Amino acid sequence: MSKIVSSEWPQVETGRVVLINSGKDEGKLAAVVQIIDHKRALVDSPHIERQEISLSHVSLTQQVITKLPRAARSGVVKKYWTEASVDEKTASTTWAKKRASREKKRQLTDFERFKVMVLKKQRRFEVRKAVAKARKASS
Amino acid sequence: MCWGVVDQDVSRSPDAVCRANLSRSKKSSHLPSFGVSLARPSKFGYLEFSTKCSQHQQPSSTTTSPISVTNPLQVLISKMGRLQEYQVIGRKLPSETDETPRLYRMRIFAPNDVVAKSRFWYFLKKLRKVKKSAGEIVSLNVIHEKRPLKVKNFGIWVRYDSRSGTHNMYKEYRELSRTDAVHSLYQDLAARHRARFRSIHILKVAEIENSADVKRPYIKQLLTPNLKFPLPHRAPIGVGKKIFLAKRPNTFS
Repeated sequence: MSKIVSSEWPQVETGRVVLINSGKDEGKLAAVVQIIDHKRALVDSPHIERQEISLSHVSLTQQVITKLPRAARSGVVKKYWTEASVDEKTASTTWAKKRASREKKRQLTDFERFKVMVLKKQRRFEVRKAVAKARKASS
Repeated sequence: MCWGVVDQDVSRSPDAVCRANLSRSKKSSHLPSFGVSLARPSKFGYLEFSTKCSQHQQPSSTTTSPISVTNPLQVLISKMGRLQEYQVIGRKLPSETDETPRLYRMRIFAPNDVVAKSRFWYFLKKLRKVKKSAGEIVSLNVIHEKRPLKVKNFGIWVRYDSRSGTHNMYKEYRELSRTDAVHSLYQDLAARHRARFRSIHILKVAEIENSADVKRPYIKQLLTPNLKFPLPHRAPIGVGKKIFLAKRPNTFS
């Protein structure tokens, strides 16, 4: 008999850490403080103002502040936020690293982009050299 | 019909027309010294009125939320086009026979103060023998939400004219403010009943403080403890921009 396993989708719930995808707080993290209805939630975090937000403007992350009380005020949210070290945990994810590197790339000047190109060429050269050597050794 | 009830139970219903006598000392002045008469909430028999008056005197400072909003303009922009709640007080013009006409107060939801005044006369004409040409607006001020960052359940009593008749209705909304609730009521009635602003009368808006008093299942379902749900079948941001994608997009979270 097959075992039925429920999906492990991230759920909208009190304490769920979300990423805001649009508006003036774009790219910032927040925690769901209270669910308003199927499409909206009240979010708050040390990075943003407490606000009502449409869930369509939000992506759910895997993190949940489990003990966050429902409708907690900003001070309480801040306390739990630091306690759960949400920012540190997020910074260590691949997603955050990708995002940081993308942001860095965007900030580069023309000359810096040129330097990146040169460095990439050097790397490519080294890699190809090693591959050719290995191929020669095997054949 | 609720208006009749409202008339008799004036002192207790918040959105109904309230009546008050002017302070008799200021007989000669055209506009009464309003501070004097409003400073006595007992005359109105309605406690909320006195709080609103204090708001009237210090309009900005009393409505601070726990989080201070950094840019008031941004809030203004976000609220533009939406409704605001007004307190409108008006009366018949004083005449020789009646030097101190009765004051009538209404709480009116309108996009701006022009519409609010217009609606005031519209309702007052229906209720009393007072019309705009023989009357005056004594005061008009905005009622701000006391806690605009708290999620509340509102019950709204409505009368609306459909194509075939007039109906009374009770609906519930879960919003952060009274004005938001009324706004979504208008949207809701427009969607479900094709009812326009002109054919809807808001009779009463009340916060449901005890969640056990919530009647409608569509609000009740949001009050379940430890409510949680996934967001299935969502299109990620990139989808729709490109015709071909290398990877099948995942449609959740």
